[in-house]
Amino acid sequence: MSADGSEVAERGRDAETDGGRASVSTHTVRLELVDEPGQLLAALHPIADNGGNLLSIYHERGNKTPRGHIPVEVDFEATEERFEGIVDALRAEGINVMQAGTERYAEELVLLLVGHIIDTDLSDTLKRIEECASASVADVSLAAPKGTEEASSARLRLQTRAGETTAALEAVRSVADEKGLHVVEPLAGGEA
Amino acid sequence: MRLAVLGCGAVGRSVAELAGDYGHEVVALADSRGAAVDEDGLAVADVLAEKDETGVVGDGDPADALAADYDALVEATPTTLGDAEPGFSHVRTALERDRHAVLANKGPVAERFRELAALEADSGGSVRFEATVGGAIPIVSTVEDCGPAHVTAARGVLNGTANFILSRMAAEGLDYEHVLAEAQDLGVAEADPTFDVDGTDAALKCVILANVLSFGAVDDPADADDFALADAEVEGIRNVPGSALELAAEDGRTVRLVGEATREGVRVGPRLVPENGTLAVTGTQNIVQIETSHAGRLNVSGRGAGGPETASAVLADVGRLE
Repeated sequence: MSADGSEVAERGRDAETDGGRASVSTHTVRLELVDEPGQLLAALHPIADNGGNLLSIYHERGNKTPRGHIPVEVDFEATEERFEGIVDALRAEGINVMQAGTERYAEELVLLLVGHIIDTDLSDTLKRIEECASASVADVSLAAPKGTEEASSARLRLQTRAGETTAALEAVRSVADEKGLHVVEPLAGGEA
Repeated sequence: MRLAVLGCGAVGRSVAELAGDYGHEVVALADSRGAAVDEDGLAVADVLAEKDETGVVGDGDPADALAADYDALVEATPTTLGDAEPGFSHVRTALERDRHAVLANKGPVAERFRELAALEADSGGSVRFEATVGGAIPIVSTVEDCGPAHVTAARGVLNGTANFILSRMAAEGLDYEHVLAEAQDLGVAEADPTFDVDGTDAALKCVILANVLSFGAVDDPADADDFALADAEVEGIRNVPGSALELAAEDGRTVRLVGEATREGVRVGPRLVPENGTLAVTGTQNIVQIETSHAGRLNVSGRGAGGPETASAVLADVGRLE
């Protein structure tokens, strides 16, 4: 893989010199992989084959996305033009690209949901929070000591891009509002 | 200073009892049913003993206290919402007579701040209200000392009852109803705890702070936004189950009823805060964080309620008027 990577990097820099275009920058894509052998390698090929120079792979084994898949975060260098080609190639391979951008998930947001969380379809709630482009649900803990009859609680850890925590919170509030759930927010601007 | 004290609950009573210690004289003391007035200074202990015995402060008309010859009126009648009466009229009377008014009653400053500011501008007297926010803790005066224009926000835990309930729930793994009953037995929560657990009390305090930030930052009051309880976004703690506190604790956090006041508005609700953080005070403690433009964050904490505690804030205000 590293041989492929350095070759790609050379090509990337050539492109910059030849065309005098935007310089190579670091990109992060967040992928969702089915937990089967070979999936990770299959996901890395479209990156290397399309001019991306792999920098790091964070394979969050043990962590599952709301759909039960494994989240993988890949950092690589590429020009802006090639970056778009890479994302297209990943999608063409049927790989779910949860998030793609030049920034990492800079901010983390922890909040509580309280109410009839299970009866109001938790996985739909999570899916809709993720559909808000600025957030990804990193983990969920659920406590329902009295079953589904009474109020239960969930702790959500969301990852958002820099400066987008407010938008992510808005998305959570609007879903919660619609489902009659209460949100215990982290303190904005405070030490939380 | 010569004081007329209106209201003879825990706060009014303590103000009357402690006034002498602070070098002041009480010339009138009234509750809703009666008044004792003596232009040469009341024997406070005797008046209070009579109240304990007969249930009334004295045989005078409560209006006599308002008409007495005092330098500062202490308004310590129960907080009322909406038109904030009769507290508002008491303060207006004092100001129209060019006397000072010191409030422990939150109603007038939370609900009718702009009108109060206009009355003060036309009066030889001043209005002070340190005791309305955070009991003994000097919050309003700290904001004033920093200069309200240099304070961007104030946030904190401003209701001891709600904080007691949340901290007990977290520590003991108990549910809301259970801890509320315990708090009522201990006298920490009232028989009707609505005002505290629904966030209304904390919201009134934050509304007062938002008014201080807003009016203190402009030269012409017409340029300031004024806030009332109806402008605040308020959620209480009844919906926070024990399981939510457990999940928070697993992650090194806890839940506190936090109020936030800025020049843009007021929000009060249960918020996640670090378990060992500054805002996670326990029991009936209160704390306020003041965000300043040039001096970072100030934290002020202490006892946010209680007769002598709140009276000490009233008497500190009286001292500022000398």
